[in-house]
Amino acid sequence: MQESLLHIEGLTKAYPGVVANDTVSLTIGHGEVHALLGENGAGKSTLVKMIYGLVKPDSGQMTFKGQDYAPPKPSVARQTGVAMVFQHFSLFEALTVAENIALGMENPPAQNDLARQIKEVSQTYGLPLDPLRTVGTLSAGERQRVEIIRCLLQNPKLLIMDEPTSVLTPQEVDILFKTLRQLKSEGTSILYISHKLEEIRALCDTATILRHGKNVGTKTPSTATARELAELMVGASFDSPQKKEKDLGQTLLKIDALNVAATDHFGTSLKDVSFEIKAGEILGIGGVAGNGQDELLMALSGEQSVTSGAIEFDATDISHLPPHDRRLRGLLCAPEERLGHAAAPNMSLTENAIMTAADRKGLRKNGFLNWAGARQFAQDVIAAFDVRTPGTENAARSLSGGNLQKFVIGREVLQNPKVLIVNQPTWGVDAAAAASIRQALLDLAQNGAGVIVISQDLDELIEISDNFGALNEGRLSAIKPMASLSLDEIGLMMGGSHGMEAMQ
Amino acid sequence: MDLGGLNLFVLIASLMVSATPILLAAIGETVVEKAGVLNLGVEGMMITGAVVGFAVAINTGSAPFGFVAAAIAAALLSLTFGFLTQVLLSNQVATGLGLTLVGLGLSALIGKPYEGLKSVVLQPVKIPVLSDIPGFGRMLFSHDPMVYISLIIVAGVWAWLKFTRAGLVLRAVGENHEAAHALGYKVIRIRMLAIMFGGACAGLGGAYISLVRVPQWTEGMTAGAGWIALAIVVFASWKPWRILLGAYLFGGVTVLQLNLQAMGVAIPVEYLSMSPYLITIAVLVFISARGNQNAPAALAKPFHASN
Repeated sequence: MQESLLHIEGLTKAYPGVVANDTVSLTIGHGEVHALLGENGAGKSTLVKMIYGLVKPDSGQMTFKGQDYAPPKPSVARQTGVAMVFQHFSLFEALTVAENIALGMENPPAQNDLARQIKEVSQTYGLPLDPLRTVGTLSAGERQRVEIIRCLLQNPKLLIMDEPTSVLTPQEVDILFKTLRQLKSEGTSILYISHKLEEIRALCDTATILRHGKNVGTKTPSTATARELAELMVGASFDSPQKKEKDLGQTLLKIDALNVAATDHFGTSLKDVSFEIKAGEILGIGGVAGNGQDELLMALSGEQSVTSGAIEFDATDISHLPPHDRRLRGLLCAPEERLGHAAAPNMSLTENAIMTAADRKGLRKNGFLNWAGARQFAQDVIAAFDVRTPGTENAARSLSGGNLQKFVIGREVLQNPKVLIVNQPTWGVDAAAAASIRQALLDLAQNGAGVIVISQDLDELIEISDNFGALNEGRLSAIKPMASLSLDEIGLMMGGSHGMEAMQ
Repeated sequence: MDLGGLNLFVLIASLMVSATPILLAAIGETVVEKAGVLNLGVEGMMITGAVVGFAVAINTGSAPFGFVAAAIAAALLSLTFGFLTQVLLSNQVATGLGLTLVGLGLSALIGKPYEGLKSVVLQPVKIPVLSDIPGFGRMLFSHDPMVYISLIIVAGVWAWLKFTRAGLVLRAVGENHEAAHALGYKVIRIRMLAIMFGGACAGLGGAYISLVRVPQWTEGMTAGAGWIALAIVVFASWKPWRILLGAYLFGGVTVLQLNLQAMGVAIPVEYLSMSPYLITIAVLVFISARGNQNAPAALAKPFHASN
C-alpha cells in the first residue's frame, strides 16, 4: 500500500476499572473505506474519540499524512482534516439547520452565504436539506444529513461515521451509501463504525475488529464470510433464536382508532392507530425513532390517558384504566429507557423488582411489602435470565446496559403477562444477550401470550415477528405477515426516504 | 392628557422608572438561563447591589461609581454560585436559594451604618431637542441615564443573541451542553461568564432601587423584585423584547395601583397592592397554557465533562 493517511500505533486508554483500548494499531489508506467492527463496549467509540481529539490517549502514537498527530481538541482535528458524524447526533433541536452547521465550523461565513453553500453541497451529494428549518422538526435521517453536510463543508480527508445506519430506513441507507461511495471516489477516506456485518461487506474495503478493547484481526470484508466476522467480533459462537410453528389464539388486545396528542414540543402525536394482537402472536412495530414509538408505549401502558373505547383488552374497554390496573389484568410493558423509565437507577434490584411485580406476584399485603418474597423474585429473574450481578441488593445503575435490559425484560416475562409490550428490547445489548432476550420473547409467545415488539432494529423484527407494521409520523401502516414482505416494502412502510421533497 | 385625574405622560414616565430594576435583573437572568443555568439568587444579588451601590455612592459622593461598584459586587457574589454549581456540581435550585439568603443577610450587615442617610441623586439627562417635545419629551426623553442604559442593554442582548457567533454558541450551550462540548466549546467557561453578566445586571437593578427609586437604604428594600424578575423571564419565553414588555407591564400596574391608592379609589388597598403580582401571574399562566414555552432544553441540568 502507498503512503497511508492515518496510522495508529499502540493506542491505549484506560478508565477506572476498565481498559477501553489496549494497544490498538491500524492503518487507513487514501480513499479507503475502513470498517471498525465490534460489539457495544468493545472500545470503538473511545478509539474514534481519540482520533477526533475528544479523549487523550494514555500512550501510543498517531500519524496523519506522515506527520505526528495528537489533537488536543476537536477543532485541531477538524483543521487537520478529520470530521466526525456522531451516533447520538450532536445537534441543537431549537436551532436551525444553518445555525447548527455554523456551530461546527471554525470560521463560518455569514448566514446567507452559508445557506447557499449548504444548498450546493446538498445537491452535489444528493442529500436534500432546507437550511432554514428547525432541527427539532426533522426526521432522524434528515438530522444525519445535517451532520454529514456539516462535515463535508470542511472538505475532510477522513470522515468518521459512528453507527450511521441505526436510525435510517433501508431507502435512506441506500442514499447514504451512494454519498459515501461518491466521497470515496473523490479520495476521501472513511472510518465506518458498525456492528452490522452485511453493510460492512457491501461498503468497506478493510475491516478492523475490536473485542474488549483489543484489535483481534484485520480482514477484507468482501472475501470473509459474515459468520467469520461475527465470531471474531463476539469471540464465541452462540445459538440464534429458534422460531417454531404455532397457531394463533383469540384476540387479546384490540386498538381502535387511537389518537394521542404529543406531550412535548418536539414529540409526535399518534393518529388513528388501529391493530389487534392474538394469543401466541408476535407483532413487530418498526419505524425510525421519533415517529410515535414512545407515545404508543405510553398509551398502551396507561401512562398517557386516551379516549374511551380506544383500547380493548380481553373484550373489556380498559382505555380509562391507569397502569396499575392494566398490569393486574395482565397487560405488561417494558419501556425503552432502562435507567429512569424501566428501572430506578439508584434503587436495588429487589426494589426495582417489587415496583412492577408487587401485585401480580402477591408481594403486598394490607399495605405492607413482602421484602423476602421480593428478594426471591429478583433472584428468580437473575437466575432465569443470566443477569450478571453480585446480588439482588446492587443498585440498578451498577449493572451494564445489557444485564439491566435482561433484568427489566425478565421481570415482566416472569410475571406471566397475557400481553407484553417491549420498546427496543435489545438496544445497546451485546449479541449473545440480545439472542437470549429474543428467545425469551419467542418462548413467551409460544406459551400463548401476545407480544408487541417496538424496535428500530429491522433484523430483529424480521427474525422474531409474525406480523409487521411500521410507524411513520404517528400513523401505523397496515399490518402484514412478516414472511410476505421484502426489505423494500418494509422500507416504504417506514416512510421511504424522508424529506426528499426539499430537493425540489 | 388626563384620564380621570391621572396624567398619562406622568404615569408612563414613572412606570419606566418603576420597571427599570426588574428589567435589568430580568434581562441578565435571561442570558444566564439561555446558557442553561437557573440562578434563583437574583433577589440576593439585587439587594447586594443595592447596599454596595448605596455605600459607595455615599462615600465617594458619586452615583455612577455606586452603580459600577454594585455591578462588580453582585457579579462577584454570582461567581460563588457559578463555582458551586458549575465546578462542584451542586444543585442549582438549592444553591440559588442559598444565594438569596446570603445576599439578604450580607446586605443587612453592610447596610447597618447607612440606615437613614440620604443618597446622592443621579441627575436626569434631558436629551436635546427630543426632550422639548411637549408631553412625549417629558415622558420618554428626560430620564436618568440608567433608564436609557437598561434599554440599550435589552437591545444589545437581543442583537447579540440573534446575530453574533458568541450569542449562537451561548444558545447552543443552553440547548444541549453535551453536543456543544463534543464540538469543542468550553461549556463551563461560557456559563461562568453568563452567570457573571446576570449578576452584574442584577446588581445594577438593585442599585437603581437604592440610588434612584427610593433613594435611601432600608433592610430588605428589594422586596421581592428579584422573584418577579425571575417570573418575567419565563413569562417572556426567554425573549428580550418580551422581557421589556413584561417588566413594563409589572411596573405599569405597580404605578397605576399606587396612583389609585393615592386617589382613594374605593377598592381595598390590599387588593390594589397585590394586583401587579396577580396580573403578572395571570399573564404568565395564559402564555404557558399555549404550549410552546421556548425554554432552553438544558436549563438547570448539571453538566459534567465525562471525557
